[in-house]
Amino acid sequence: MLRERESPQAKRYARLVEQEKPRVDVGGNVLKAFVVGGTICLIGEVIKTYLMSFGLSGEVAGVWTSIALVFLSALLTGLGIYDEIARFGGAGSAIPITGFSNSVVAPAMEFRSEGAILGLAARMFVIAGPVIVYGLVSATVFGLIRSVLF
Amino acid sequence: MNKTFTLKNVYVEETASVVGPTEGAGPLGDLYDVVIPDEIYGESSWEKAERKMLIESIGLCMNKAGYEPADFDMILAGDLSGQLISANFAARDLPIPFAGIYGACSTFTLTVGMGALLIEGGFMDRVIAGASSHHETAEKTFRFPTELGVQRKATATWTMSGAAAVILGRSGPVRVSEVTFGRVVDYGIKDANNLGAAMAPAAFDTLERHLKNLGKRPEDYDLIATGDLGSVGQIMLKHLMGDSSMGSGNLTDCGLLVYDTRQDTHAGASGCGASACVFSSHFFPLLKKGHIRRLLLLATGALFGLTTAQQKESIPSTSHAICFERVEES
Repeated sequence: MLRERESPQAKRYARLVEQEKPRVDVGGNVLKAFVVGGTICLIGEVIKTYLMSFGLSGEVAGVWTSIALVFLSALLTGLGIYDEIARFGGAGSAIPITGFSNSVVAPAMEFRSEGAILGLAARMFVIAGPVIVYGLVSATVFGLIRSVLF
Repeated sequence: MNKTFTLKNVYVEETASVVGPTEGAGPLGDLYDVVIPDEIYGESSWEKAERKMLIESIGLCMNKAGYEPADFDMILAGDLSGQLISANFAARDLPIPFAGIYGACSTFTLTVGMGALLIEGGFMDRVIAGASSHHETAEKTFRFPTELGVQRKATATWTMSGAAAVILGRSGPVRVSEVTFGRVVDYGIKDANNLGAAMAPAAFDTLERHLKNLGKRPEDYDLIATGDLGSVGQIMLKHLMGDSSMGSGNLTDCGLLVYDTRQDTHAGASGCGASACVFSSHFFPLLKKGHIRRLLLLATGALFGLTTAQQKESIPSTSHAICFERVEES
């Protein structure tokens, strides 16, 4: 049997492909991510400070801020704007809690056509699911370490 | 070297294409028969929208040529969705015998090639060959939800929304003269965001066999158009052609003709619709008017699935070559 994918010719080809890949502008991307991520965090701080001016404690105001950001992101996702922001901002829009909200709402919208149960609900966590799973796993591991060491 | 078929009696009678709004805003925008106003096209799902585009392109093609469904012996069509749901469901509304054909993005030249041989062999008189792809349907199947905030890789292509159909018959302005079907080639590329690089060796394999079988050189064609290698894939194909000292001056890629660089579609258009729509709306008129006389079209397809990509398998690819020739008026 011909197994060209393991041939020296294929290996040479793979190296050539790596050389010909367009270069990614890492510096520019980092800067854009900083601006977008920073703006999202700034909006959060504004909301939090505003809520605290009504006498809410920092902790309670923080919870309400998260809820507000999750709502805003879900709204922008529904309006088809969040993915445009992310196209520019990359990780700056993916890492904050707004990115998490986007990752839940986007598949829910996409699979709505397959029904409320097997589509929307079943596929809703297709992207956020792994984040939740490994978030809980790492929280447990570090919690255990902390309880043993400190 | 596995046969190249030379044909004497098969012609392209008529073509029609229906594309999405992004494609309509591209450089070939004015040439398509129909540009739909939005990707959902008045339907309740992306899948239904793609099906509607395919049905419309076939219907339009029949109308332009003045035929009824009873005038056709067969429809050969395919798309990218699982179980070929666009083509199969489109055929439900068309009272013509049908075979769904999957060649990933190489589907168009695969259906044209098979249809042409059925006519050349004397079995059939008139066949419709068609293919469709839809950006959102494909993203949903192969990548991420549409509204998810992700940055696409620079090497990634943009599955185009487009459906096209051609009528093959025994007379017409453009002749189908040579057919070489592709072998499945795999150089071990695993990156599903760089399908052009995975498919370039398949395009080269078919091109090389086609030329060797016929004793021809690339310069014997006014234009050699690959399907959807995109910018990175085309560079790789040029490397492969350069290594075997072929000239590549007349090389183009359908995927690179669909969008302009402002449209942020990265490495170019891909999908079954790319070669089908660019042939139907751009190359076919050029051949008819005599601006080009001989076109070698090599639609390229990456024959992978989401499961094999997740299981870290490399991407097998193929490419089918068809030569279209202008019929000179005597």
